[in-house]
Amino acid sequence: MSATGICGAHITRKIWVVGDDIDTDALAPGAYMQHGIEVIAQHCLENTLPGFAAGVQRGDVLLAGRNFGIGSSREQAAAALVHLGVAAVVAPSYGGLFFRNAFNLGLLLLTVPSLADMQALKKQSSLILHADDLRLELPTGAQISCEPVPDFLLQMARAGGLMASLRLRMALANQNT
Amino acid sequence: MTSPQSLAQKIIARAAGQPSVRVGDIVTCKVDLTMFHDSSGPRRLKPMLDELKAEIWDKSKVVLVMDHYVPERDDDARRIVRIARDWARDQALPHVYDSQGICHVVVPEHGHIQPGMLCVGGDSHSPTGGAFGAYMFGIGSTEMLGVVVTGEIWLRVPQTIAMHWSGQLQAGVCAKDMVLAMVAQFGINGADYQAVEFCGSAVKALSMQERMTLCNMSAELGAQTGLVAPDAVTLDWLRGRASAAPDAVRATAPDAAPAEQLFSDAGSANVQYDFDAGILSPQLAAPHSPANNVPLPVHRQTKIDVAYIGACTGAKLDDLRFAAKVLQGKSIARHVQLLVAPASVADRAQAQREGTLQILTQAGASVLPSACGACAGYGSSFEANQTVISSTARNFKGRMGPASTQVYLASAYTVAASALRGYITDPREVLA
Repeated sequence: MSATGICGAHITRKIWVVGDDIDTDALAPGAYMQHGIEVIAQHCLENTLPGFAAGVQRGDVLLAGRNFGIGSSREQAAAALVHLGVAAVVAPSYGGLFFRNAFNLGLLLLTVPSLADMQALKKQSSLILHADDLRLELPTGAQISCEPVPDFLLQMARAGGLMASLRLRMALANQNT
Repeated sequence: MTSPQSLAQKIIARAAGQPSVRVGDIVTCKVDLTMFHDSSGPRRLKPMLDELKAEIWDKSKVVLVMDHYVPERDDDARRIVRIARDWARDQALPHVYDSQGICHVVVPEHGHIQPGMLCVGGDSHSPTGGAFGAYMFGIGSTEMLGVVVTGEIWLRVPQTIAMHWSGQLQAGVCAKDMVLAMVAQFGINGADYQAVEFCGSAVKALSMQERMTLCNMSAELGAQTGLVAPDAVTLDWLRGRASAAPDAVRATAPDAAPAEQLFSDAGSANVQYDFDAGILSPQLAAPHSPANNVPLPVHRQTKIDVAYIGACTGAKLDDLRFAAKVLQGKSIARHVQLLVAPASVADRAQAQREGTLQILTQAGASVLPSACGACAGYGSSFEANQTVISSTARNFKGRMGPASTQVYLASAYTVAASALRGYITDPREVLA
């Protein structure tokens, strides 16, 4: 399954809010790591935001505090959010490893470093997410620009992530031989 | 003119085929070595490789370690480990370490990581390899697939944050305390995915395994990697390992710069922080974050149920020796369970030969298999409401047990002293 929020403009249905320092164990608990993503995803944030996995719907946005996704290299932390249909995560900062994993799996991460902007976002019941230029629009019309992301990463994520780009690379290589 | 280059920049430039690199540049590097384990590796990589009909770019540069789901405790674990073993056999992988200990310890133990190499690992504690003057960092499984197929990886050239330690550590204080103090000061993501270089006389005085502890927990600083410039300690240690796996060493980076050129040029660090090792006391991180540093004396009344010496972070031979210094000729408190899971089979064997392990068992320790065990939280974890003091790296809520399990992080010295008294204890009181 691919992420939903990576291209175009998109009106969010519901905004879920979590605090600072959400780690990969909270997103993909170790006790379920022996299972596939469909099981892991059902336990995503179960100790932090009970009801999230059962209630989240395709196109929802997760608004998080600082350092979202710190900890393990397990990409199931990002894959669980993709599986649950989260359109994008919005946070002031991310764990570096999680950041790479998210884009590799086609999950859009928007970085809003200003705490005032984050406070304003928390008060909203809906947002318009402009994925093409990494911009958030509030119902009042106010605009929040997110930190830029390297073009090649965005393009890879839009094309379906790293696996899709490797498929293309292999197809081209096979054509040339 | 080229700006001064940090150790990290020198390694990256060589791997990217450039004379030098600038901080912030995005470059593609050739990977000298890639390491993955039973959880992040074959069970995720094999289906994707099959789908792509792709081959491994260079098997001599791949190391597979079974450490997360061994020993197999249930059908799921047996299935996952079987996938790894079958795949290793089908692919005829030359470097496989099955149930030999934890990847971050086993891989350098066999001489796979040499100064100047650019390495990746399918695990977040992969910066451990930086202790050898290599640039090593953790990646997820899909990104690992990219490396396995192409032999390349992109990175943004990081700033170098110099952590300069002068002075001399007191008895009963060690690298784990140094890194817990840094995590407390800078926060769980304080290094912002830049490179951290540990330097200064107190770092140069550390053994190889203690340097590994520093670099290991640069993951908890949020760094992409942590490094220590190679010196005589590094080269001596590696000389002792070269004979263990001569093929492995030959397969590494033959064109890497000689170790004596692997240092950060003056002025290349973007920022330097100074610390005095002489005034450092044993550190304690309270539940549920490695950055939740609390003064140890405040917790003297905290009664513990379990003392755990385990993981790549805190159960290497040096850590076992620290615990033995505390427990020599003594017995642990009656209500405490002391669990020791040596980080590798080789470290366990040496601990046995020299009598370190016997000191621990005579004090009342139970010795567990050399694997990730309770630290990974992949099944064999602690019970609800237990209070645990642990020499591992992470005490996130719900990681090493149910959400109610209270895990404190400290050095092996402090874990052993706490096991002895039954309450969180400053090891200097016991060693005095």
